[in-house]
Amino acid sequence: MEQVDLQYARGPDGTLRVALAGDWKLARGLPQSQGVIEEIERSPLPRKVTFETGVLAGWDSGLLTFLLALLSRCAQLGVEVDRQGLPEGVSRLLALATAVPATPGRRSSKPEPVLARVGGVAIGFWIGFGEMLAFVGEAFLSLLRLFAGKARFRRSDFLLVLQDCGARSLPIVALINLLVGLILAFVGAIELRRFGAQIYVADLVGIGMLREIAPIMTGIIVTGRTGASFAAQLGTMEANEEIDALRTLGIPPMDFLVLPRLLALALMMPLLCLYADLLGIAGGLVVAGSMLQVSPMQYLLETAHAVHLNDLFLGLFMSAVFGVLVALAGCMRGVRSGRSASAVGEATTSAVVTGIVSIVVATAIITVISYVLGI
Amino acid sequence: MSSAFEQRGNGTAEARPKITVSDLTMAYGGSLIMQDLNFTVNERDIFIIMGGSGSGKSTLLRHLLGLHQPARGTIHYQGSSAGFWEMATPERERMLRRFGVLYQGGALWSSMTLAENVALPLQEYAALEAEEISALSSLKLALVGLSGFEDYYPSEISGGMKKRAGLARAMALDPDILFFDEPSAGLDPLSSRRLDDLILDLRDSLRATIVVVTHELASIFAIANNSVLLDGQSKTMIASGNPKRLLAESKDPRVLDFLTRGEGTIHG
Repeated sequence: MEQVDLQYARGPDGTLRVALAGDWKLARGLPQSQGVIEEIERSPLPRKVTFETGVLAGWDSGLLTFLLALLSRCAQLGVEVDRQGLPEGVSRLLALATAVPATPGRRSSKPEPVLARVGGVAIGFWIGFGEMLAFVGEAFLSLLRLFAGKARFRRSDFLLVLQDCGARSLPIVALINLLVGLILAFVGAIELRRFGAQIYVADLVGIGMLREIAPIMTGIIVTGRTGASFAAQLGTMEANEEIDALRTLGIPPMDFLVLPRLLALALMMPLLCLYADLLGIAGGLVVAGSMLQVSPMQYLLETAHAVHLNDLFLGLFMSAVFGVLVALAGCMRGVRSGRSASAVGEATTSAVVTGIVSIVVATAIITVISYVLGI
Repeated sequence: MSSAFEQRGNGTAEARPKITVSDLTMAYGGSLIMQDLNFTVNERDIFIIMGGSGSGKSTLLRHLLGLHQPARGTIHYQGSSAGFWEMATPERERMLRRFGVLYQGGALWSSMTLAENVALPLQEYAALEAEEISALSSLKLALVGLSGFEDYYPSEISGGMKKRAGLARAMALDPDILFFDEPSAGLDPLSSRRLDDLILDLRDSLRATIVVVTHELASIFAIANNSVLLDGQSKTMIASGNPKRLLAESKDPRVLDFLTRGEGTIHG
């Protein structure tokens, strides 16, 4: 292979002759254009720049970037360039590369000042809050249309969502709540045994699971599982213009997409929660039987004695509220998602975050209210 | 004066095979798509894979790109020791680097700017300084008329611009073979014509071999010098060669129908 070679010299008539030889390939390492450019800049400016490429063995994009740097400096200085000596392919590509003038709309890379950024975030937060209220309002109107018998959605979609967020969630809900029941009983057992009050493990697990823990754990599982999948589904539909297609047909996406998901989760969450209650109690029973020598019958009797129907209904009510919140968070983030792969990812993340935060906030509010009301 | 370059530049008279497809059978999950494909793409050809919708054009392209393994038969590329799937994985990967692909919608990575999209293959495969890479990606974007759009994200530009940016990325590594999947889909006639001119220009200046999947007759007659016509019903190729010659010489009504948009049958 021939060595890459670059030579330049001024002729007596003020012409700068640039001779290129060898194999001008990137992989072989190319000379910098700086030297030639400095020669061009040297006063007096050359009258003309010409090229000699008779012994050029081969070239690729490396030669083009070299020449483009040279040409743009010559254009700035007003030095004439004679491209005749260049290989035909090179001249064509150079013509192509300079055919369309650069768009001046290149963004400045200057970072924004801190105050502007803080302001931007605050305004963004406010707009987001407004959008959330608007979405909740729209969902409420859609619910009213449903009760008036005017909402349109496919029954099969509804059943599919019902199956997905209900029956298909059972294994993970079972596993988590059984283990949480076990953990709760285990922690309680260590303390209660010191007072000989082992039997009250049943009270602890029963009341704890029914009132708070089963609904919260189920809510969090459903957020990660179903809420995220709602956001990803609707976000992808938004990216594929499927939601626009519904709108142009006059079908409100709120009725067609959000309503079935909202209803399905609001219906399934209490059922999942009831199932979680039973498994939590079963977890407690295992610990009581194996560690505390409390017989299953004793344990169940004590549980029946300790928990009341209002504990159960409070938990079920909470889980229905969580279902609505998780569905709204998932659907809202999905429908409001941008139209790219990363936007759909962000929508999914923020659906899960919104879902979990709203579950915790709602639990705090409901717990305080139920305390005040003495439920 | 006759330099090595000029010799190479003018050496188009004798046709050297770039891609040789022999006895290719394609199948998806047990169902046959196409069989008995035999054709050769020569160096510096603009080779068109033609056929109606659903005839298996894109599947053939995916086979040529090494994304699918043929059910039977071989695809041999110039300069390799054996058929594509008979080679060891490292050699296959080296071969893939000689390809540039323009996917239908551009398939730009949405989380990267245009310049980053073009720079990624260079960063992965070429041992270059950051400055050189940025100069090269600007050059490639300038070649497709997107000078100044380096810092834009794909979501901020139009469909035609995405396609051109996709082409800039396909050219990043100075490929030997450029593949185009439906380049004129979704473009207005003028942009489509400009893209055709660009393809011709690139073939002549980059000395690349170009394989295009399309059913746009205007494009086919404007740029092609070789082609293969796939037929979905008989599940094989029904013609190959220069489309203009096929139109003039072929006796097969299916070929004439395709190349005249059915006017052969409509007018008897």
